[in-house]
Amino acid sequence: MQNLTFKMGGIHPDDKKISARSKVEILPLPEKVYVSMAQHLGAPANPVVAVGDQVKVGQVIAEPAGFISAYVHSPVSGTVKSIGPRADLAGNMVKHIEIEVSGDEWMEDIDRSTTLITKIPQDNAFILDRIKKCGVVGLGGATFPTHVKLAPPPGKKADCLILNGAECEPYLTSDNRIMIERSSEIIVGAAIMSRVLDNCPVVIAIEENKSEAIMIMSSALNSLAKTMPECGRIAIRVLKKKYPQGGEKQLIDAVMGRQVKSGGLPIDAGAVVQNVATSLAVYEAVQKNRPLITNVLTVTGDCLTVQHNYQFRIGVPLSFITEYAGGVPNEAAKIISGGPMMGKAIANLDATTVKGSSSILYLTREQTERRQETACIRCGRCASACPMGLEPYLLYKLSKVGDNAALEENAVQDCIECGCCLYSCPAGVPLLDLIRPAKGNVLRIIKSRK
Amino acid sequence: MQKMLVSPSPHIHTDLTTRRLMLDVIIALLPATAVAVLFYGWSELLVLSVSVISCVLLEWAITKFLLKRPSTVSDLSAALTGLLLGLNLPSITPWWVVLIGAVVAIGVAKMSFGGLGQNVFNPALVARVFLLISFPVFMTTWASLDMHNAWTIGVDAVTGPTALTLFKENHGAVKDVLMQTGSAGEISDLALLIGFAYLLIRRVIKPWITLSIWATVLIFSGILYLAAPGTYMTPVAALLSGGIMLGSIFMATDYVTSPMTTRGGIIFGVGIGLLTIIIRNWGSYPEGVSFAILIMNAFVPLINKLCKSRKFGRA
Amino acid sequence: MSNIIIWTIVVLFGLGVILSMVLYLVANKFKVQEDPRIDEVEKVMPGANCGGCGFAGCRAFAASCVEAGNLDNNFCPVGGNDTMKKVAAVLGLEVKEKAPMVAVVRCNGSCQNRPRTSEYDGYRSCKVESMLYKGETDCAFGCLGCGDCVGACAFGALSMDEQTGLPVVDESKCTSCGACVKACPKGIIELRRKGPRGMRVFVSCVNKEKGGVARKACTAACIGCGKCAKVCAQEAITVADNLAYIDFEKCKLCKKCVEECPTGAIHAVNFPQKPKVQKEEE
Repeated sequence: MQNLTFKMGGIHPDDKKISARSKVEILPLPEKVYVSMAQHLGAPANPVVAVGDQVKVGQVIAEPAGFISAYVHSPVSGTVKSIGPRADLAGNMVKHIEIEVSGDEWMEDIDRSTTLITKIPQDNAFILDRIKKCGVVGLGGATFPTHVKLAPPPGKKADCLILNGAECEPYLTSDNRIMIERSSEIIVGAAIMSRVLDNCPVVIAIEENKSEAIMIMSSALNSLAKTMPECGRIAIRVLKKKYPQGGEKQLIDAVMGRQVKSGGLPIDAGAVVQNVATSLAVYEAVQKNRPLITNVLTVTGDCLTVQHNYQFRIGVPLSFITEYAGGVPNEAAKIISGGPMMGKAIANLDATTVKGSSSILYLTREQTERRQETACIRCGRCASACPMGLEPYLLYKLSKVGDNAALEENAVQDCIECGCCLYSCPAGVPLLDLIRPAKGNVLRIIKSRK
Repeated sequence: MQKMLVSPSPHIHTDLTTRRLMLDVIIALLPATAVAVLFYGWSELLVLSVSVISCVLLEWAITKFLLKRPSTVSDLSAALTGLLLGLNLPSITPWWVVLIGAVVAIGVAKMSFGGLGQNVFNPALVARVFLLISFPVFMTTWASLDMHNAWTIGVDAVTGPTALTLFKENHGAVKDVLMQTGSAGEISDLALLIGFAYLLIRRVIKPWITLSIWATVLIFSGILYLAAPGTYMTPVAALLSGGIMLGSIFMATDYVTSPMTTRGGIIFGVGIGLLTIIIRNWGSYPEGVSFAILIMNAFVPLINKLCKSRKFGRA
Repeated sequence: MSNIIIWTIVVLFGLGVILSMVLYLVANKFKVQEDPRIDEVEKVMPGANCGGCGFAGCRAFAASCVEAGNLDNNFCPVGGNDTMKKVAAVLGLEVKEKAPMVAVVRCNGSCQNRPRTSEYDGYRSCKVESMLYKGETDCAFGCLGCGDCVGACAFGALSMDEQTGLPVVDESKCTSCGACVKACPKGIIELRRKGPRGMRVFVSCVNKEKGGVARKACTAACIGCGKCAKVCAQEAITVADNLAYIDFEKCKLCKKCVEECPTGAIHAVNFPQKPKVQKEEE
């Protein structure tokens, strides 16, 4: 079977999976954690603990503040020290709960054993409630609350659940590692989500550069199939290595050959996409009643001598992780949370990890410094690279003059901010830098019309 | 801690630069340049060096003294224009005519529009056509392909007709087109094709514009040939003669003056092919590629407007 | 030969006559009736079309003045009172005088006062930078220094000071059109009363952080201590969100607050220099 890919645009950056072979290590506990209330898409959660309260690992410390919001649990046991604003990695003030760590005492109802539970609950409402109560959000980047995504609006049906193991961003290897080390759990998690989505078929999509993960996932699926009838609905498909293969719309195009309509949601095309890490979190939540309090993160970079993959407690300060991994290398000029294509540059290492943290990436000045902008030579590379079929050179020009009507006509609102245009420009034109705010303006105008 | 860089994503970028792209086109032109110098000798070397040096110096002077902007000659686009201009001229063009051509190419066709990326027409072609109209005698007198004469100083070159002129006068044969007399860059189609292959392998250009020109020329001249075999060239001869190879591979594919989308490129190529054959057969000039490309250059903004890229999820 | 010349003249002349008649008829047919006073008002306008009045340009402003029948809501900040008097004269209306205003940059976070803690490497635009993060310093409120305001000014009244990294207003060129106020994503620039002979007192800081945090980020920050408010006899100073603000309608330019401020966040500009000796005697 030929490897799948999306049809429009895309780029082939060097994938640099230098940390792919580093086993996941468990990060020790810091003295203090700072748990952000805005770790998910939607309304920030409301704290339900007070300063001075004793909390246990896995105890609810904040409740959702709306339909699209999520529970937040204490990742450690200890004392709540303060609740108040604290700078996130961009320096913006966000409400955090500060907890001083003492011991490691877990909530009694959490199953901490490592035995694999393959028997899936039959009650969909129970499953969704568990996912919601355990604060599971999408770990592929958008951190959209998973229980909302798994409950399609009435009249819409999922034809396929796609498990996103593409990990198309260069350097990132956390998904790769959990697919190797926790393959069975991920597959059971997928079966659980399939069950909620009316037993729809599941495709686990993995990019071809993760051959070890593909192999282990396949053999895990084969051995599970002997005892789990649900595995019959699950298939593993190999994707070509191309960025942004893991983009939701691109993945649906690659796996199902369907295009999500402009302005539409994946479910409109009959698809639900969940990250493999989310699947693991779903497994932990439903089978073990274990809330989302840990995740796996890659600490990597060419200037780093030893590459790491860590399982961390959510809320651990970034600086604690960088110190534990041997300090920030001298050659590092930029620290990025996430991948080099869509990750956020960290301006503040005192910021803390959140549910969606996937990496700490060090880049040298040589690798990352923006080039001097020179004249556009109209080579069309940005347009060829755009996976949404847009014309970035034109959008850039229109953004400069602020022509919102023309921007809308040229579909700036469809931009997925993948960065392919800026990556591929030989003239060093900062295309996406200007297209991004223009997209925001146009989306606001479109919204105000309704 | 040292001051960290912060910027919006993405945080990495391709190694490709404008200079590298221009250098690739220059490399692709090397086989044709070598053949031209080999067959036309000293006079060709003079034309090429005057052309390249004056183009680069002019751009440097204009950016420094007129526009007072940082110099852009390091992107090699001026050198490329100079090389293309030189290859578009007969080898026995006097040096001062080449110099005038360089002034027109860089001064008028490129810098007065705002420099690289802003010009509507291909600078080298504007200069060639300007010289063709201003100095028709110089521009239509070609030296014969005679290696011995070419490298002997003091011997005047013997002039000879091009295959196209022969056909215009109704006594040409297909063999004339394979190693043809003509503008320096046009003599060897093989050398140009090697350059084309290099450009495609390095992914500098996409093949669609070039291929659509070839296809159009073949089909259109084929129809004419079938209608009146005695009057018109065979399609293959039509394709391989004159400036079609040089024009379709190196001039029509100029980024700045060609459409952005593949569909647009095909329309652009078909237009060039049709216009070339029309000018060749019914116009007063024996060759029409330059005019055809310039005319289609003018349509590029319109083609870009009409041929929008196909967008994801907006069938 | 002469025949050709005569025919040419006749044809061209005939064409000219026919076409001019067509043009005349079309122009008459599609004529738009407009109040002639709009033209007259437009003539006395500065003609900068800057949009500082809130209209799309000087003509739109003129049309609005004519249509409204009064000048209560219309004011041309660029032309100021002189222009408005002329407009009033044209339309036979009355106009209230307004105190002249000037753009004031309320940030003193120069490179010296406010150390840079990171290096911004994206597109040089305050708008893009502010969307991304707090900025190159630890002050999340202050000037980002990319010069969006300079680009927005149609009168060349703003320039970036290379030394401080902050924009500087040329008071003689500033027309108080407010374009820079809109352009600044941090809301640092405010239109304030120009004051007698340009003398004015203002808080040159917009940091709403608690004193300690603000001070750590910038030595010239307002720490919201409220000393200025206590010393002000006019009750012109209010402190909210750890930030003092001087109401220029109430301020009597006594400068007591300037002396009281522990961080030097309050600025007094264009006051005549006091001889040094006098100060020592005090």
